[in-house]
Amino acid sequence: MAKMLDTYVNDLRESRLWRSVFRSGTGATNLHRALAVQQNIFLHLFSVKMRRAALNFSVTWYLGTLSLATFLILVATGIPLMLYYHPSVPQAYADMKDLQFVVSAGVFLRNLHRWSAHAMVLLVFAHMFKVFYRGAYRPPREFNWVIGVVLLIITLFLSYTGYLLPWDQLAYWAITVGSNIMSAVPALGKKIRFLMLGGNTVNANALLRFYVLHCVILPLAAILFIGIHFWRIRKDGGLYTGEAKSHE
Amino acid sequence: MSEPKKFEAGLDSDSRKSPVRVAFVTRRTSPHVKAQDDALVMTWPETLFRAAVAIEVLGIALVLLALLWDAPLEELADPMQTPNPAKAPWYFLGLQELLHYFPPVIAGVLIPTMVIVALIVIPYFNINVEAEGVWMRAKQRRLRIVGIVVGVLAALFVVFEVWAILIPTLAVAGFMFLAAASSADSPDRFRRWLVAKPLSFWIMSWFLIQASVLTIIGTFFRGAGWAWVWPWRA
Repeated sequence: MAKMLDTYVNDLRESRLWRSVFRSGTGATNLHRALAVQQNIFLHLFSVKMRRAALNFSVTWYLGTLSLATFLILVATGIPLMLYYHPSVPQAYADMKDLQFVVSAGVFLRNLHRWSAHAMVLLVFAHMFKVFYRGAYRPPREFNWVIGVVLLIITLFLSYTGYLLPWDQLAYWAITVGSNIMSAVPALGKKIRFLMLGGNTVNANALLRFYVLHCVILPLAAILFIGIHFWRIRKDGGLYTGEAKSHE
Repeated sequence: MSEPKKFEAGLDSDSRKSPVRVAFVTRRTSPHVKAQDDALVMTWPETLFRAAVAIEVLGIALVLLALLWDAPLEELADPMQTPNPAKAPWYFLGLQELLHYFPPVIAGVLIPTMVIVALIVIPYFNINVEAEGVWMRAKQRRLRIVGIVVGVLAALFVVFEVWAILIPTLAVAGFMFLAAASSADSPDRFRRWLVAKPLSFWIMSWFLIQASVLTIIGTFFRGAGWAWVWPWRA
């Protein structure tokens, strides 16, 4: 049975259609494995070979990978949620109720988005501390650490802007508290808050601004900086696996 | 003594005419050079398979979480009705806790800005890059500086009555002084570990402990009017 399945898969991979989609060709040699990475637009940010030591769980705890995983889950759940959501007052709250009682699996969709968002904030923080305590921020990786700090701030803003969207008491007052902190900036505070909220208090304009930030601007910024972050890992010599002592 | 040189150094950009390159490795060597013959594996399938497993495990955990616990949804937002206490999202509750102690300009603007700037500059200070134990050199002078800094901070926190910051600060300082009193060949493993820790380790750990303590207090120990409550008595 297993053998039969194997032949089917092989036949499929040899087919003209498959060959037209995947540039790397068939075969299980290291050349083909290298091509599978290098000839794929999504994978070509990786080098074709990596240090074995970098795969040990203790080196990274896979925290960067897991941060990416939460981001992917958030995109995958966020887009269907957008189909059921109007960023207007009070329709936004009615949409939450619809998700709860009308939409199939609406509650599940919102739950998964919510918990993944919390997990992402937690994982990104954990990733930062792990990188710090291993000393992986040292040259030549210092600029990638800075990109990481930018990604941390983007993550916090993504989570914060999403917090307002349900337009319930929890959302409204959390954002009110947060935006009041911002108005403490000397001289410019009130202006910054006005720019952020589109008014002096949290209102329908604020909801629309947070929606656009949450669904368009910040995700695009996140994707851009994630791309740079990954690219720099490779350019800076791969994942940090500790000092190589035997060669000095 | 002086044998004629068997080679000639030259500059050439034509790889077909002179295919040999000589690389001069300077003091700041790249990790590629240092770790040249580490064992390598193919990214596909070794790395990507492991990454996929990690992503799937997390995905399953989050799906279970989403099936078992519902996301909170309260009443429709009402600007006329302020809940007491009104709390920010959990990752900002440390900040909100700070606002309880310090004026908004300090807690809401100065401290967060300082934290972000401090995070960004970490890799640009050689003292962090070399990561030498803080007490390895100029011990007396450094003891004096750390002593004065800790003393001034502690006095400040006493004046503002910020016990939630004072206690962790003193705890971290205590371990720092324990490290200073330990020797690099102490029989105790923990002490040897402490001695080797650089300044950046102490500051970051202080920040981590402090941020965690304040966030936990803000999340669980604050009730109406931001007064202290015990979560198990609520």
